Amino acid sequence: MTVLDMAQMRLREVNATLQAAAKARGNDGFEVINPRGSHAVAVGLDGPLSVTVRGSTGYYCAGMNKAATVTVAGSAGPGVAENMMSGMVVVEGDASQYAGATGRGGMLVVRGNAASRCGISMKGIDIVVQGNIGHMSAFMAQKGNLVVLGDAGDALGDSLYEARLFVRGCVASLGTDCVEKEMRAEHLDLLSGLLAKAGVDADPASFRRYGSARKLYHFDIDNAAAY
Amino acid sequence: MCGIVGLFLKNDDLQPRLGAMLTDMLVTMTDRGPDSAGIAIYGTPGAAVKITVQAADPAADFDGLEAALGAELGAPVGVRVVDTHAVLAVPPEHAEAAQDWLEARGLRLMGSGTAMEIYKEVGLPRDVAARFGLRDMGGTHGIGHTRMATESAVTTLGAHPFSTGADQCLVHNGSLSNHNDMRRRLARKGVVTRTENDTEVGAAYISSKLAEGATLGEALEGTLQDLDGFFTFVAGTRTGFGVVRDPIACKPAVMAETADYVAFASEYRAFADLPGIDAARVWEPEPARVYIWERAA
Repeated sequence: MTVLDMAQMRLREVNATLQAAAKARGNDGFEVINPRGSHAVAVGLDGPLSVTVRGSTGYYCAGMNKAATVTVAGSAGPGVAENMMSGMVVVEGDASQYAGATGRGGMLVVRGNAASRCGISMKGIDIVVQGNIGHMSAFMAQKGNLVVLGDAGDALGDSLYEARLFVRGCVASLGTDCVEKEMRAEHLDLLSGLLAKAGVDADPASFRRYGSARKLYHFDIDNAAAY
Repeated sequence: MCGIVGLFLKNDDLQPRLGAMLTDMLVTMTDRGPDSAGIAIYGTPGAAVKITVQAADPAADFDGLEAALGAELGAPVGVRVVDTHAVLAVPPEHAEAAQDWLEARGLRLMGSGTAMEIYKEVGLPRDVAARFGLRDMGGTHGIGHTRMATESAVTTLGAHPFSTGADQCLVHNGSLSNHNDMRRRLARKGVVTRTENDTEVGAAYISSKLAEGATLGEALEGTLQDLDGFFTFVAGTRTGFGVVRDPIACKPAVMAETADYVAFASEYRAFADLPGIDAARVWEPEPARVYIWERAA
C-alpha cells in the first residue's frame, strides 16, 4: 500500500502516479490522504488498481474511470465518477449533484445520499445509492441501472430511454415519459445481483421498478402533450 | 461562477477568530471568483450607526471628513479609515442625513447598521483581504464572496455583499433573469437600487419584505416565488444568517455544523481548515428550502 499525501504532493503528481500504476496493471493499492476537497482526484485511471481516498473530495473525483476501484472515505463533490467506463467507485459519505453522469459501465455506490441529477444521461453504468437522490435524477438515461434504497426527488427519469430505475422509498414525482413498470422475475434477479455487488443487504421485492413509456423516442403528433 | 463563504458562530469564544477563519475560506474560493471580493462582518451591536463608505481617492476624499460631517450633523461622529473604506459612527437619529450627505459628496455607500461593516474591492481575494486586514477582525457572523462577473461590470459597486437595508446583506452565486422587471416593481414602491446589478435587486427585494414585517425566513421564501433565475443566496441580518437555493439548484452549496458554528461554502475545500470539521455534520442544502439561524438579539 503506497500512501500519497496531497499536503505534500501536487494534484497532477498524484494523478500521474496513479495513472502510471493503473497502466502498469500491477493491481497496486494506493491511499490518498489529505484531499481537502480537491478537484479531479484519481481521474482517468485506465487499469486495475485500488485507491482509497481518505477524506472528502471536490468536483469530478474518479472521473473517466476504467477498471480501477476507487473508494472515497468521505463525501464527494459534483460529478463523481462522471463518464465511468468500468470498474467500481464507492463513496462512503454523500455525493453531490450529477453523480455518475454519462457513465458507460462499471458500478458507482453511494453509501449516503446523492443530490440532484444523479445518473443524468447514464449510458450503461450501474448506480446504487443507499440513501436518497435529488430531483431530475436519471434524466435522459439511456442504459444501465439506478438503484435507490431511499427516496427519489422530483421528475425522476424525465425523458428516459432504456435505463432501469429501482426505488425502494417514495418518489416525489416521475418525469415526463417515466412510468412504473411491473417487477418481473428477471428484474428481481438483476436487482439481487446489483445489491450483492454493491454490498447492500436489502430485499429486492421491496423495490418498485420504473422505466420509459417510450412515447418520446420519435415525434408523434398524438403525443404532443407529453413533450 | 462565484464563490460564497459564510460563518455563523454559536460559541462566543470563537468571535476573535471570525475574520481569520473567513479569510482562509475566502482565499480558498479564489478560483471561483478572482475579479473582486467582499465581506460583511457583524459584531455586537453598538449605540451608534456605522456607515461604511468607499472612496475613489481615499487620501483626498477622507481628508477632513470627520470635521465636515460633524459640522453638518451638529453631532460628534467617529471616523475609522480602512484602506479605501471608512467606517463612520454617527448617532442613530442622524444616520439618514449622514448617508445622504456622504453620497452627495461622491462617496459610495457599502452598507450601514449598528452591527455590520462591509468591505469590498476589485482584485484577488487574498489582496482584498490583506488591504482591509480582514484576518484581524472579530465578530458574531460574517458572509464573504469572490466574484466572477456575469451580469454587470467589475467595479467596487458591482462586488458583493450587497446591502440595501440597515444591517442587511446578501451574496449570490448565479444570475437573475427578471431583475430589470423586479427593479422597476421595487422602484414603484420607493425601494432604491444604486447599480445595474442583478444581485442588488435580490437584496432590495429581501429588504423590502423585511421592511413590510416579514421574517428573514419569510423573505427568503419569497425569493423562490418572485425571483426567476439561478441563485444560491446567503443573507445576513443583525442577528440572523439565512441560506436558500433556487429549485433547480445547479449552483453548488455545502454546509457544515458543529456545536461551535454553522458554516456555508460553495465547495467543501473552503471548510478544510475549520476547527473540528472532521466531526462536523456536513450536508448539501436542499433545493428550494430555506435555512435560518438566529442568535439572541
